[in-house]
Amino acid sequence: MNIDSIRRGIVLDHIQAGRSMEIYRALGLEELPCSVAIIRNVKSNAMGKKDIIKIDDDIDIDLDVLGYIDPGITVNIIVDGVITEKKHLALPRRLVNMGRCRNPRCITTQEANLDQVFVLADPARKIYRCLYCDAEQRGTDAP
Amino acid sequence: MRHLIDISDLSVAEIDRLLDLGEDMLRRPEDYRRSQQGRILATLFFEPSTRTRLSFESAMLSMGGSVLGFPSPDSSSTAKGESLQDTIRTVSCYCDIIAMRHPKEGAPIAAAMKSEVPIINAGDGGHNHPTQTLTDLMTIRLEKGGFEGLTLGLCGDLKFGRTVHSLVTAMSRYPGVRFVLIAPPELRLPGYLTAFLREKGIPYEEVEHMEDVLPRLDILYMTRVQRERFFNEADYVRLKDTYVLTPDKLALAGEGLRVMHPLPRVNEISPKVDDDPRAVYFKQVRNGRYVRMALITRMLAENGGEEAGHEH
Ligand SMILES: [Zn+2]
Repeated sequence: MNIDSIRRGIVLDHIQAGRSMEIYRALGLEELPCSVAIIRNVKSNAMGKKDIIKIDDDIDIDLDVLGYIDPGITVNIIVDGVITEKKHLALPRRLVNMGRCRNPRCITTQEANLDQVFVLADPARKIYRCLYCDAEQRGTDAP
Repeated sequence: MRHLIDISDLSVAEIDRLLDLGEDMLRRPEDYRRSQQGRILATLFFEPSTRTRLSFESAMLSMGGSVLGFPSPDSSSTAKGESLQDTIRTVSCYCDIIAMRHPKEGAPIAAAMKSEVPIINAGDGGHNHPTQTLTDLMTIRLEKGGFEGLTLGLCGDLKFGRTVHSLVTAMSRYPGVRFVLIAPPELRLPGYLTAFLREKGIPYEEVEHMEDVLPRLDILYMTRVQRERFFNEADYVRLKDTYVLTPDKLALAGEGLRVMHPLPRVNEISPKVDDDPRAVYFKQVRNGRYVRMALITRMLAENGGEEAGHEH
């Protein structure tokens, strides 16, 4: 795989340096049969250093997962060697079944078949609240 | 379908109309004696609370309706391992409206997702208890003639007391309201609520002794300090007697003060205060019956319509 010239695929750009492996795992990229390149510590004017992931196939990316991990990432869609689309991410309004509610008194700890749903409460502070119990799910590893 | 999960599911205008109806029912109960004939309320108490259950049942029976349900989790199917949502699906085939209490927070939302009939949250753990708040609001409006410009003293366990949290949220929607928070440092109102008050520009002060502020209050809302909220017995014993209302302290207050309490009390209000005309906590219990009558009536009438609560 020539990492500089993807014919058809996806380039995830502007990943915070050091977080590419987390994204690799969260998107399940290790399951892909196609080649995937992780490029770490690339010099960047805006970010100092950044990571880049290049995927040599046009797969469906879960933009909600990506937006939750890092809304600063740019998703470039490549067709015939040129960028045909640049997607900028936003924090998803709802997260479904990404993590579990941290409140031990929450109904989700008892009722087995409930979806874990988190609703974006404060985009600036990246705070989600459990749909059921309203408990705050804070921080980069939450919910 | 609309449910009542949280007091903020109701707009100020909807609350006003509910209180109007509740007050009319209180004045002329005979006019409503058969108004819900043929309708069934199910009271599903996954956690025992005799007072709340009796209040709902009394409300439905006062309108000629019927009630069914279970009073405690050991007699319910969830004790045999059935899921809450399956129980709700089953019970909603047998009734027209459900009042449920559950020890887990958010349980009524999970229930509402699968219910064929409107659900009233009769308490979910330490989270929400909207019919207690409606009861409190009806009492304040009856006693003070309205909400605007009132100074509310909240006393005791402000940290874990969910009735206090809901009352603060509900009262913050009326202009000119101010809060005096009377609690030991260990039991102060949670930070998210004081932040909310600051954000909305609602004046509040935090004090440790009720004596200092009693003369300025329109309402003194007492709460009990619950043993189960403490990990350690010594802390409980030290704090439970700190905030007790006695005739001596009440003598400091003005004639316009009204003393409220969600009941049951332990010892935070001396029984010697009960006969003082400013003590209205037993009227509060009575009001709870009428405001629940009004709520059941509205929710049954507007099932699927434009009024009352939470959408899912
Ligand atoms: Zn939760």
